[in-house]
Amino acid sequence: MKINDVILRTVTKIVVFIILTFGVELFLAGHHNPGGGFIGGLVLSSAFVLLYLVHDIETVQKGIPWDYKKIAALGVFLAVGTGVGSVLFGAEFLTQTASHFDLPVFGSTELSTILLFEAGVALTVVGVVVTIILSISEDV
Amino acid sequence: MNNLLVMPMVIPLLTGVFLVFLRPYVRIQRIVSLLSVLGTLGVAVYILNRIQTEGILKLDFGGWLPPYGILFVADSFSALLVVTTMVVTGILLLYAFSSIGKAHENMFFYPVVFFLVAGVNGSFLTGDLFNLFVCFEVMLLASYVLITLGGRKVQLVESIKYVSINVLSSWFFLLAIAYLYGTVGTLNMAHLSMRVAEAGQDPLLTVIGIIFLLVFSLKAGLLLYFWLPGSYSAPPTAVAALFGALLTKVGIYALFRVFTLIFYHEPEITHTMIGVMAALTMIGGGIGAIAYNDVRQVVSYNVVIAVGFILVGLAVSTEAAIQGSIYYLIHDMIIKALLFLLAGTMIYLTGTARIERMSGLIRNYPILGWLFFITMLSLTGIPPLSGFIGKVYVGQGAVEAGAFVLLGLAFLSSIFVLYSLLRIFMNCFWGETIINEDDDVPLPKGMLIPCVLFGLLTVALGLGAEGIAVYVSDAAHTLMNPDIYIEAVMNGNR
Amino acid sequence: METLITILVGVLVTVAVYLLLSRNLIRVILGTAILSHAVHLLLMTMGGLKKGSVPLLGENAESYTDALPQALILTAIVISFAVTAFLLVLAYRTFKETGSDDLDALRGVKDE
Repeated sequence: MKINDVILRTVTKIVVFIILTFGVELFLAGHHNPGGGFIGGLVLSSAFVLLYLVHDIETVQKGIPWDYKKIAALGVFLAVGTGVGSVLFGAEFLTQTASHFDLPVFGSTELSTILLFEAGVALTVVGVVVTIILSISEDV
Repeated sequence: MNNLLVMPMVIPLLTGVFLVFLRPYVRIQRIVSLLSVLGTLGVAVYILNRIQTEGILKLDFGGWLPPYGILFVADSFSALLVVTTMVVTGILLLYAFSSIGKAHENMFFYPVVFFLVAGVNGSFLTGDLFNLFVCFEVMLLASYVLITLGGRKVQLVESIKYVSINVLSSWFFLLAIAYLYGTVGTLNMAHLSMRVAEAGQDPLLTVIGIIFLLVFSLKAGLLLYFWLPGSYSAPPTAVAALFGALLTKVGIYALFRVFTLIFYHEPEITHTMIGVMAALTMIGGGIGAIAYNDVRQVVSYNVVIAVGFILVGLAVSTEAAIQGSIYYLIHDMIIKALLFLLAGTMIYLTGTARIERMSGLIRNYPILGWLFFITMLSLTGIPPLSGFIGKVYVGQGAVEAGAFVLLGLAFLSSIFVLYSLLRIFMNCFWGETIINEDDDVPLPKGMLIPCVLFGLLTVALGLGAEGIAVYVSDAAHTLMNPDIYIEAVMNGNR
Repeated sequence: METLITILVGVLVTVAVYLLLSRNLIRVILGTAILSHAVHLLLMTMGGLKKGSVPLLGENAESYTDALPQALILTAIVISFAVTAFLLVLAYRTFKETGSDDLDALRGVKDE
């Protein structure tokens, strides 16, 4: 039976972008305020899961042809890599640094290597969550 | 600053990640895995030797000094175990190359093995209790995947029990950590040791200690081993050998660390409990080992007996006994891997796990038969094989401490081990051969060579016990004198 | 406040144990999830429930909260999340394979 889901589809088109933006916002906020890679990653993955729910898996795969397992692996690599990176500079494992940069649009911005670490965490979360949900749903 | 310390965990972790991307290229996966294991082994040996000249090494992550930051600490005990882990993993990978099958290799088998190794090495090296929990979980998650990989019915059903029991024990672990943090306000092991010593180990702390005992006994299979034989006989041989050689040993390591470094003030309560549990474990394991006709079950119960035996050393807690336990721990990691491989190879060759359906295998596969014979002698503790020296030291320690009941049980358990394995040997290897020449399954070289390597290793470890004596006595000395550890962590060379 | 939360932890553990002891696989998984939430709350309580400023940022606040329990809880949540997800997939696969989610029916499966 085909369900009439026009409303869901229409709303999703807008809401997915709001969720994605919110995820990025949470991710960036995590630097000094509540938020961070894990939470941001969860919100981002909820957007993907919503897409998979509304459209079927094949359609979404056409639009987003990523292998989520590899995304998770990339995330772990990034997170561990920042730790190892500090070893290359002769500091202790996992040492993080931060400093202020003058960027053209944002003005004076604080950038730190924690951001990279958190990006790794976020990617891992997105990869793992979507993989799990896909692996449950794939062969229904 | 010793960034090298983190390498035994980071190299396997990065290798695992790297191998995910190499999923379709099985050959490259194998080469990369071997190289990575060799590299990690090299680092671990280097660390072990540096400890002998420089004392205990530590690494404060991100430069946060203890007790505020998290850290890795390597003393001889942990470094020895890391070295053994890498040796065992390397040889088991060789066995896996020829036995595990394409389906596994394409389903991220190697990456998961490396995550498991990262968890195991992390548990050996970490210097605070919470990271011990995290590394345990990394290891356990990898083991969950390994036990279910392949998805046969037996595996799925057994893994439900395995996962549930481990979730429960992790819960107890967190509970103990929460209470401990609420009571003494720190989780750094050296700092904990100081604070517990200052405050005196009052009944509350002893209770927390007993919760830790419960947690680690569940993981190590000390008395609470009922989940072990089922889960260890479900997965493929290479995985079962990895579990039998490594997983329970991490629990044993944690027991040694916690009850020699932190909760050592009330030995009448905690160490007596460990002694009683060890005794019951050996009795239960002995009965299990001779009760079953399934090779895999017999082998799994042998793991249980060994756990009981090693913990006898902790229960009597003299320096000689601890030394014996460390020798036996290293020996057991190697010999249990060999035993599991031999059992798995026998099942592969005959297509059955029941010992009454096998006979005369030694005529068809003489090397395999003699390897089994050596394994049996080594496990029983016949000199000059590797089990001997550990048993002697544990026995000496037990006599010093006057624990004659434990001593008697420990040596009685050796007889049970001998009987259970002799039964397999007589039934399966001796007697008339029932395999006729037509359906004689050839024994692949890739399966035989790892077994031979382990066999050589147990002989070498027995004959060359002198060679590792320096490390073992240093490890035992550090375990018996917590001040050395505390001093190194709190004021150690950076 | 600590007492209240501790009682809540007790209630959660009770519920979880009840669920864990049932024969239905999904209930057991829900039980483990609730069990881990209970211990997260306990970790929080054991660190002491107090209001204060963010630690490590600035030196002007009157009191600071202890960051450690929160770090522990976040880590523990991530781990329990992974384990629960794995258990769900496992339960689903087992159901597909054996056609049952009754733990009594799943016991003692011999070699196929």
